[in-house]
Amino acid sequence: MVGVDREDGAGGLDLALVAHLSRLARLGLTDAEMAAILPQLRAILAAVGRLQEADVSGVDATAQVGGLYDVMRDDQVEPGLSAGEALANAPSHEAGLLRVPAIQ
Amino acid sequence: MAELEAVIGLEVHAQLLTRSKMFCGCRAEYLGLPPNSNTCPTCLGLPGALPVINRRAVEMTIRTALALGCRIPEFSKFDRKNYFYPDLPKGYQISQYDLPLSLGGHLEFEVGGERRSCGVTRVHLEEDAGTLHHAGEIHTAKFSLVDLNRAGVPLMEIVGEPDLRSPREAPHYLRALRQLLLHLGVNDGNMEQGSLRCDANISLRPRGQREFGVKVEVKNMNSFRSLQAALEFEFRRQTAVIESGDRVHQETRGWSEAEQGTFSQRSKEEAQDYRYFPEPDLPPLRVSRELVEELRAGLPEPPLRLKDRLRDQHGLSEEQAALLTERLQDAEYFQAMVASGAPPRAAANWQIGPLQALCKESALAIEHSPVPAAELAALVRMVEAGEVSGTSGREVLAEAFALGRSPVELIRERGLIQVSDAEQMEAWVELAIQQLPKAASDFQSGNDRALGPLVGAVRKASGGVANPDLASRLLRERLGRGGE
Amino acid sequence: MSLLNLSVSELGRGLRAREFSSVELAEEALERVDSLDGKLGAFLRTTPELALEQARAADRRLAAEADPPALCGIPIGHKDVLCTKGVETTSGSRILEGFRPPYDATVVARLAQDGAVVVGKMNCDEFAMGSSNENSAFQPTVNPWDAERVPGGSSGGSAAAVAARLAVATLGTDTGGSVRLPASFCGVVGVKPSYGRVSRYGVIAFASSLDQVGPLAKTVEDAQLVLSSIAGPDRRDSTTSAAPVGDLARALQEGVRGLRLGIPREYLAAGLEDGVRGVFESACRWLEAEGAELVEVSLPSTQYALAAYYVIAPAEVSSNLARMDGIRFGPGEPQAPSLLEAYELARNRGFGPEVRRRVALGTFVLSSGYYDAYYLRAQKVRTLVAQDFSRVFEKVDALISPTAPTPAFRLGERTQDPLAMYATDALTLPANLAGISGLSVPAGFTSGLPVGVQVLGPYLGEAMCLRVGAAVERAADVWRQVPAGFDG
Repeated sequence: MVGVDREDGAGGLDLALVAHLSRLARLGLTDAEMAAILPQLRAILAAVGRLQEADVSGVDATAQVGGLYDVMRDDQVEPGLSAGEALANAPSHEAGLLRVPAIQ
Repeated sequence: MAELEAVIGLEVHAQLLTRSKMFCGCRAEYLGLPPNSNTCPTCLGLPGALPVINRRAVEMTIRTALALGCRIPEFSKFDRKNYFYPDLPKGYQISQYDLPLSLGGHLEFEVGGERRSCGVTRVHLEEDAGTLHHAGEIHTAKFSLVDLNRAGVPLMEIVGEPDLRSPREAPHYLRALRQLLLHLGVNDGNMEQGSLRCDANISLRPRGQREFGVKVEVKNMNSFRSLQAALEFEFRRQTAVIESGDRVHQETRGWSEAEQGTFSQRSKEEAQDYRYFPEPDLPPLRVSRELVEELRAGLPEPPLRLKDRLRDQHGLSEEQAALLTERLQDAEYFQAMVASGAPPRAAANWQIGPLQALCKESALAIEHSPVPAAELAALVRMVEAGEVSGTSGREVLAEAFALGRSPVELIRERGLIQVSDAEQMEAWVELAIQQLPKAASDFQSGNDRALGPLVGAVRKASGGVANPDLASRLLRERLGRGGE
Repeated sequence: MSLLNLSVSELGRGLRAREFSSVELAEEALERVDSLDGKLGAFLRTTPELALEQARAADRRLAAEADPPALCGIPIGHKDVLCTKGVETTSGSRILEGFRPPYDATVVARLAQDGAVVVGKMNCDEFAMGSSNENSAFQPTVNPWDAERVPGGSSGGSAAAVAARLAVATLGTDTGGSVRLPASFCGVVGVKPSYGRVSRYGVIAFASSLDQVGPLAKTVEDAQLVLSSIAGPDRRDSTTSAAPVGDLARALQEGVRGLRLGIPREYLAAGLEDGVRGVFESACRWLEAEGAELVEVSLPSTQYALAAYYVIAPAEVSSNLARMDGIRFGPGEPQAPSLLEAYELARNRGFGPEVRRRVALGTFVLSSGYYDAYYLRAQKVRTLVAQDFSRVFEKVDALISPTAPTPAFRLGERTQDPLAMYATDALTLPANLAGISGLSVPAGFTSGLPVGVQVLGPYLGEAMCLRVGAAVERAADVWRQVPAGFDG
């Protein structure tokens, strides 16, 4: 397993990885912001490293509580929003379409 | 160097023919609607909105998986696939990652009459994205426009094993899969409009080698022809790369119909990290064995088996059987005609010929034909029995089709039932010989071509109702050539 | 004395007896907000037109119906993470500035159906991430008992408004303690229902597998009335339980005689302030005097709960907040030169420091190579935490503990140290991981600051929580105390 077993306890989180995360999550962090957030994230990860001490052998993962299964709806059409309502909050639209800057 | 062979696997996305979207009550049918007029807080990805699973979409996926011989695990769940794109309103697609609805099946298909089988890794369920419009080309446009009418339409993904060994096989596999989806009634098979989409993975290796080569994903093929063309192009391109001593890069390439070539879209280094994790808004599915058996029991006969059966049971040609089983509704129409007493081969000819032409002209599916199978069968019976001529039959069918009337009724109304009464016929024959004495004597002296005008005269004398076969027999007898 | 000092049932009697109208009550609430909220900061916005329209409708109902709902005509407020149709809903974030949802959250619709009158939207930590309300992008809310202290978070505005009598009851959301903690800090009752008891439809998600909407109110009975209105299955939220809610009111009168109440040893460990311990011990004595049997129990996995929470919650956040992309709503950056820059500018400008931290952290724990070590492991620890509770609930009817190790702390005291801030929720977040029911009820004061007692009940054990909470409330007898400056 990558990272967590390293001595620093912070998963080897460094500036390069913070830059990667910032890109993946579209956070747009500046260099200064990355420098500021790095020690904070490292401190949190070190604290979270506690998880590695728990004995979870043979324990199932819990993604959800409540024990529900098979919650489904019938295939029926229901009224939704008008195009006007759908676009009412959009910062930019044109001819009924949402407008976004160039993809590349 | 050993000859190179292709290793190909197809990933097919099929929109399901549900009434509503995958996770909300918006219409699944989105074509032709004004932009962004088919959304709700859920498929628009508004803050706070939640998904609810469409039961019919799950059942359609399980039916497809069962028809492909897949295993249906008891436990399944949805996951989030996280990435940013303007056509993906939530910033994640609800899909299935490690516990799909089904695993491990196969698809039988034919290549030039030879039967093949290709493994199916899995069939899973997800949601479609919206559509993007670019002002001009995607790479040079200043902005893009987003329509979310399609966002959230149920999308079934059928992942094929890399079992195909040549570009030529790929369209045959896809055709068979499309046919299966049509027979199951889960997809409309329209590749042009994108309700059925196909991506391909292709790698090359020296024939005889077991390890796979570096694989390239090819996208944007929207017809059988472009699928084969794209794979053939890739085969040539990768062959050239390998033969020049280079290595093939793992990447995603897009097929350009205009350029008839593939172009790099994304290399592995830029590959996305989708950060899949279980969708917390949706409880998992526990597919009961009762439901699986119920859905299995409702499956139609596999298309290839149906084709063989129609061919063998009714003495049809391979081609006829294939044409009649392209869609299940075609086969059902044919079988209904036979059940109504039409001789099978004649029924097949009438359906494949005149009826399909009429349907095509009016852009109607055969199951919506204004002339139902039983009525066409009655017409075919009359033609076969010589009560109506083939020509009149075709004319009447066209009229009945246009008017939404019964062909047999039209025949009765118009008095088109052929007269075969001997006395009446003989009178018309006499009349014809009197009218065309030269033709009669020519025929008597061996000129066969003279018979045609004489039969025509009989028909004319009868007002069109004389049975032409009987007319020519009687003319031959009357003019002394009956023994021939 | 303000009408807003009265409980829901007292107000209901007055409304039915035509001593005052719902319109008058709403006007009084709105006037109080206008004159008093300047020093509190509990409201992000008031909704006077909506309030008066709803109040007029409530007055008509009160006149026409023989048995109008208990909440008919009662002024309430909604935490700003709850979607309100046509009313700006920001989650305390710049990235949602100006967003007017085209739909109501299910809880908002249910309260409206029961005739409640919405006076405004309550301040909160940005996307409900925080324990002090200092992470609101718009304004801090202060504690009505001491303006130099925090009201707790993230439903700080909701708690402060009830304590200051600016609304009779409010809704908050509790993902790791965000209802119970501010309830404790502000001296009001706050309920965290079991996961799935209340619909999340229209609740701007923080961590989907942990979030629950809960009421904040002056009394346990008031909280029960709001809970009874909002609880129950919702076909729009697949994670709601189909189990019937039942008659929660009855629990209030049942008393604690014969109940076995567990005190988790781990919750009284280091870090518990003496004043808090003192109030909690008095509450224990009252409950014993009322006939409950107190036993010490152990929840050994508590030591890992905080770590598991700070993996699971950020992971879900990183995905839940991906829709905040500035395309369909929010200010966005439509003039950016490229799509990538539009995303990054909108999100960089739109998200505050705590949200960025959690999104980065959540992206990290889900990314390839780290998933198993962090996210998957945290989910397994979550199982251990839930098993601890199941085990003890075989032996006891409910658990009691302080809600927080300390009373309200000073503004700015923990803003520079995320870990210290996170530790504020140490006693509340295990219940979210396990999905069980809980509440915080005021039990007394230390140095003039309120102290709450937390009652935890089993899954769908809201009635048990209310039953024990009501007993503490009766013995403590503090709910009519109003913070100085708000007692007009």
